[in-house]
Amino acid sequence: MKRDAWKGKGFLKGLFLILLLGLTIDSHNALAMTNEECLECHSDEGITREADDSSVYVNPDVFAKSVHGGEDCMSCHTDAKGEDEHPPHLKKVQCSMCHEDIAKTFDGIIHGKAHGDKKQTAPSCKSCHGTHDILPPDDPASKVYILNIPATCSRCHWKEKAGGGKGTLPKNAMNIHGKAIEGGITVAAVCTTCHGSHDVVAYTNPASPVSYKKLKKTCTRCHAGLPAIHKNVIKPSIWVKDPAKIPLCIQCHLPHGKRKLKYPQVFTDDYCLKCHSNPNLIRPDRKGGIDSLYVDTDEYDEFAGTMHKKKGLTCVMCHPKMDREENPVCKNAGPVDCSTCHADVFNDYLHSVHGIKRSGELDPNAPSCVDCHGKHAILAKDNPDSLINPINIPRLCASCHAKGEKASIRRGEGVDVVSTYLKSVHGDGLENGGLVVSASCVDCHGGHKILPSSNPKSTVNKGNIRQTCEKCHYGVGIKLAQSVHNPPFGADKSLFPACTDCHTSHEILRGTDPNYRRHEIQACAKCHPEEAETYLESYHGKAAFLVGGERVAHCSDCHGSHDILAVTDPLSTLSGENAVKTCRKCHPKANLSFTTYRTHASHWDKEKNPDMYYSFIAMTSLLLGTFAIFGIHTILWIPRSLKERLKMKKDSDA
Amino acid sequence: MNSGETIYVQRFNAFARILHFFVIISFLTLALTGMCLKFSTESWAQWTASMFGSFRVLGVLHRIAAVITFGYFFGHFILVYHNYRKSGKPLLRFIIDENTGMVPNLRDLQEIGQTIKWFLGKGPRPAYGRWTYWEKFDYLAVFWGVAVIGFTGLCLWFPVFATRYLPGWFLNIATIVHSDEALLATGFIFTIHFYNTHLRPEKFPLDKVIFTGVVTLDELKHERPREYETLVREGRLDEVITDPPPRWLVIFAYVFGLSAVTIGLSLIFTIFFTLLKYGLR
Repeated sequence: MKRDAWKGKGFLKGLFLILLLGLTIDSHNALAMTNEECLECHSDEGITREADDSSVYVNPDVFAKSVHGGEDCMSCHTDAKGEDEHPPHLKKVQCSMCHEDIAKTFDGIIHGKAHGDKKQTAPSCKSCHGTHDILPPDDPASKVYILNIPATCSRCHWKEKAGGGKGTLPKNAMNIHGKAIEGGITVAAVCTTCHGSHDVVAYTNPASPVSYKKLKKTCTRCHAGLPAIHKNVIKPSIWVKDPAKIPLCIQCHLPHGKRKLKYPQVFTDDYCLKCHSNPNLIRPDRKGGIDSLYVDTDEYDEFAGTMHKKKGLTCVMCHPKMDREENPVCKNAGPVDCSTCHADVFNDYLHSVHGIKRSGELDPNAPSCVDCHGKHAILAKDNPDSLINPINIPRLCASCHAKGEKASIRRGEGVDVVSTYLKSVHGDGLENGGLVVSASCVDCHGGHKILPSSNPKSTVNKGNIRQTCEKCHYGVGIKLAQSVHNPPFGADKSLFPACTDCHTSHEILRGTDPNYRRHEIQACAKCHPEEAETYLESYHGKAAFLVGGERVAHCSDCHGSHDILAVTDPLSTLSGENAVKTCRKCHPKANLSFTTYRTHASHWDKEKNPDMYYSFIAMTSLLLGTFAIFGIHTILWIPRSLKERLKMKKDSDA
Repeated sequence: MNSGETIYVQRFNAFARILHFFVIISFLTLALTGMCLKFSTESWAQWTASMFGSFRVLGVLHRIAAVITFGYFFGHFILVYHNYRKSGKPLLRFIIDENTGMVPNLRDLQEIGQTIKWFLGKGPRPAYGRWTYWEKFDYLAVFWGVAVIGFTGLCLWFPVFATRYLPGWFLNIATIVHSDEALLATGFIFTIHFYNTHLRPEKFPLDKVIFTGVVTLDELKHERPREYETLVREGRLDEVITDPPPRWLVIFAYVFGLSAVTIGLSLIFTIFFTLLKYGLR
């Protein structure tokens, strides 16, 4: 009985649900609009949005022919509900509702990121594909039909437009691929063939098909049989024996530019040096001065011993933009683009303070590759003549960062960081000790990816500095990890001292250096002001301030340095028997009673040190009392004594 | 005033004067070196330490001066014994003697009252004896000071030894007592003692008796009438009449004495302004 009753209830519940569902569907139907209903208004050519007067006209014929012609308007414009009224401002259509995978790829790439960052020029789906007029890619009328792609991309990637800088299409300078497309050849490479479409990333990104590493593979998708084609310029045996020596395709064949040349055959190094070995070869530079174009191969051996020469690079591999129609052919060759080969480090550089300043903020003072690496005389780092040999690094950085130089002026630095560095333990090791493993500028700040210390990603940011120091001072890291100064898991790291808080940065000194010893108290006082104050009341603290005072016990002599523990910790240098040992470092016969001396005790602290408090009060009362009594005595005496003196004078005069 | 030759009376013998010479030397050294440590955050202290090369030199000088202090402290008992034998009185009688004893007595109390009246113009100048009450205070203050500063100083000099018999926290107390008592001593000597003895208008700029050892008979009659009377009554005046001081001694008295006063005064002004900056700490 009971069971049946329960069944009956369930039946009723089911019926109720079905009814409810029916009602819901009914109401939905009542609000939904058919395409005909939409087009009743939107097929009117003059229809505009109230808010901004922009046209919301939809050509019914075009829409019917488009790939989405069979779909309901409502399937994309989901919020267009209402019988004849819908919200005045419809939401943007989310293509990702159906094209989920593509949307996901797109979000991670340049265009998608720019979109996420709300950059005005950032393209969305419709920028390339259109809106109601989307046609399949094989339809010659489609915006993404192969012959139309250059036009679609160049809407933004035109020299004057955004997306700019490198990789922009030079006007009227279509290369052979472009000419083929113009000629209607549908198998010629267009932008997307090499760069990808929804997954396009910067060429500096190793994932890009046109990155240094992937480029060859990308080109050979169409251009097979390279050894045979290049047999006149590249020895066929090299393809097998030493393929690394073979330059990248784009080093000889410009990726975008106009070109109909076979470079190395014509533009050999000898060809270049016909002019450039002339020491008087100059041209006016942008600032109104003179720029020497002389390349000295003999006297300075500029090129012979360099890395690029060893790798067998020729002039035109770095200076590829030769143009036969110009005179001389190198007239508009432009600057060398190191990123063609050094894409990874160039990417780091672009995100560094140097790169951002130079490319983003257009600061001509910010260094480019050649400012640190040299032009033709680029030597390996381990060559002592190399600008970036550790021995030469401080001088290299000083050329901008020394006091009075451009970087120092811009940063408004009052101190000369480089000369301060040279006086530090690191600088001394490098300069005077000749120790190349001693940290130079780049060891702490990084080489290509230099960021200001305020940047959380910087190697010298407070949050990362310990990691940076521990690259060399590994053992210190182990000790620190067990000390009280090690931030426990999840703790706010900024509350704990970083290496530089105690040791400072550029002026860093050896722990035994008198100047460091003097600095140590101040360093500890930053977080332990009361302890520093009471220390200064003790003999140690007072003597520490005088010449030679570095000999007396400072904070670290008693508490330890990197392995410092709380005084309450049984393993601390100041607990029980350990304290005797610690005191014995200077007082060889110290005993337990000796260690009960209170180093950090204030006579003002009545609660903790009543003995000292009352001693001080008693002594001070005695002092003030004595002075009060004798002060009055003296003041009273003065006029009387003056009179006596005058009387004496009178007597003697008489 | 007698236009004839000036008669001189011996007040301090050579031994007493030499003792005081050592007191000056050691006290100035202790005060300077000690105050440099006490006020080590001050630039004048740091400058002084660097002039001496290192704070350790100051420390060594401080300890040498401390040894001299213990020297004159115990050496002065020889003087006391000598005077005691010369007086021919029993020891206790000698110590509390109204005329020659250093222990304050009822008469001193009386004289304090008379002095205040005199200061206020309500009475004549008291007929002081050989030792005025403020001179007795000076003497006993050194007694107390050397004992207190000396003992705490030794504890701080030999802290490990001291803590074999005393708890470690006694060093904390010793530091406070040593430093504050020293402040009191320097303050007192460089202001009150200097004024009472040298800088008050009657004596300005220097009472050279502690160097020359002699005063004129007129001075004695005027300043210490009671002592003069006692000498006359006991018929000992001829015993103490002596030759005028040699010229070199007078010059020395001025040069050395005025230098010491100048050093002391500059030190106390420096301390005073430093204390004004920080208050008593």
